[in-house]
Amino acid sequence: MARLALRFTALAYLAALLALPVGFVFYRAFEHGIGTAWESLTTPEAQHAFWLTCLMVAIAVPLNTVFGVLCGLVLVRQRFRGKALLSAAVDLPFAVSPVVIGLALILIYGRNGWFGGWLADHGIQIIFSLPGMALATIFVSLPFVVREVAPLLREIGTEQEQAAATLGASPLQTFFRVTLPAIRWGVAYGVVLTTARALGEFGAVSIVSGKLAGQTETLTLHVEDRFQAFDLTGAYAAAVVLALMAIATLLAMNLFKPKAETS
Amino acid sequence: MSIVAQGVSKRFGDFVALENVSLDVPDGSLTALLGPSGGGKSTLLRVVAGLERPDSGRVVISGEDATATPARKRGVGFVFQHYAAFKHMTVRDNVAFGLKIRKRPKGETRARVDELLGLVHLEGFASRYPAQLSGGQRQRMALARALAVEPRVLLLDEPFGALDATVRKELRAWLRRLHDEVHVTTIFVTHDQEEAMEVAEQIVVLNRGRIEQVGSPRDLYELPANEFVMSFVGPVNRLGDGLVRPHDLVLSRDPGAGGVEAMVARVVHLGFEVRVELTLGDSSPLSAQITREEADELELAPGDIVYVRTTAPRVFNESERGRPGATR
Repeated sequence: MARLALRFTALAYLAALLALPVGFVFYRAFEHGIGTAWESLTTPEAQHAFWLTCLMVAIAVPLNTVFGVLCGLVLVRQRFRGKALLSAAVDLPFAVSPVVIGLALILIYGRNGWFGGWLADHGIQIIFSLPGMALATIFVSLPFVVREVAPLLREIGTEQEQAAATLGASPLQTFFRVTLPAIRWGVAYGVVLTTARALGEFGAVSIVSGKLAGQTETLTLHVEDRFQAFDLTGAYAAAVVLALMAIATLLAMNLFKPKAETS
Repeated sequence: MSIVAQGVSKRFGDFVALENVSLDVPDGSLTALLGPSGGGKSTLLRVVAGLERPDSGRVVISGEDATATPARKRGVGFVFQHYAAFKHMTVRDNVAFGLKIRKRPKGETRARVDELLGLVHLEGFASRYPAQLSGGQRQRMALARALAVEPRVLLLDEPFGALDATVRKELRAWLRRLHDEVHVTTIFVTHDQEEAMEVAEQIVVLNRGRIEQVGSPRDLYELPANEFVMSFVGPVNRLGDGLVRPHDLVLSRDPGAGGVEAMVARVVHLGFEVRVELTLGDSSPLSAQITREEADELELAPGDIVYVRTTAPRVFNESERGRPGATR
């Protein structure tokens, strides 16, 4: 009885707070038929927003994956002064609101910011253009791979790596043949979370992008733009695309589930 | 290949793991590093392997100074207490690891791995993962992996420490036979004196970062250099100024035979032998090991008074008593 009640509570909670709103988005998107929804998704602005979001993911995810694994190795395997500070800094994007991150980027790279003037003199524009949006996306999605990989590195320890060394493997060979395969599920999960976060980023990107439809508008910004323009079908349809991309990312991870060795 | 350590010291923070240790391991021998935990034996092994860099001193492997050589170029095989199996690889890939790193031809690698799996009795397990093996099987796989690259020396760090008693005994005997077949210079670390005595030709007793004695199992038992070694390699009693083994005590009912008066506290029948637990006049305990015939003749019962003599007491002088806290 108690178990049933527990299960019911958990499911009801998920249904009310997650499934219902998301389901409603799907319903509203196709309220006026698939044709209308399709039309609003094939406008040049919507298409551009879709590809721009993909580009942001394509930039932020590989960078944060490589950095995340390196940073995890440094945090777990090395002892140095200021390690606690580095560890805290990695979590900064979790703690600080994306809006603040956006403003901070403007303070540094904006026309009147620290580097902004110098950059502008050399013809480089970061704020209100793609580089700024990429920076914002990288910033907000930075901690995921580090936080997934670090506990795994701690758990596997260094014995397997030492064994590889005594068998003649160079540090690079050891990393690619022993360490990376041992933490690959952590990396994969970190990549999924990073992707999801980069897809959904709104606040920081919204501030640094300038929101120029067809130029600096990602899918999330496009959803807001359509909503403000009272084009509800357009807003909901774009929202459905975002949701589908996120779901596809989660499913992709389940496809590569661990095999026999974890039994 | 011979292994020589010269004046090796290693500290971890305030802890002195090794203090000016010098050791000579002859080519083709099987040597045990024996001592209590924290005695420095694993550190010495890791220094020889190149997994730990000594603060001072040298390591010479078959005549070449290897102190600055990284582990991967030392040509050592290392076996870890907890196997250090590559969990994401099959048994075959684990054993083949060193050969693949050396880019040996595929056919040669395959043949060599098959040969080694035969040597460690894991023929049918090539495509299993380490998680599907028992502890003993995993350790045999780790041994095959270390032997695959034909190391100049084989180093084993408490190789049977994580296994249960039966498997331990089995693998001990097997390691001994393996060494007789392969003849690679081998050093293994253990805290179990019985294991060291059974397997090794030469035993190095390490305690508190220093070598207490080096010798054959028989030397250590019969001619211990100091109190620590004597009490570490077998059971001992303190009788007067000396130490004595339980089987070197003679019990008698006759006060005229000489010896110390003691009261029988307990008689334990261990099969062929009988252990007699005694209490001396100053209420200190004493344990004697006698044969069943002797025990039958004496008709011992708790509360009886007997007289204890010793045939082979060992009295160590001040310097041999060991440093403070050196004895267990």
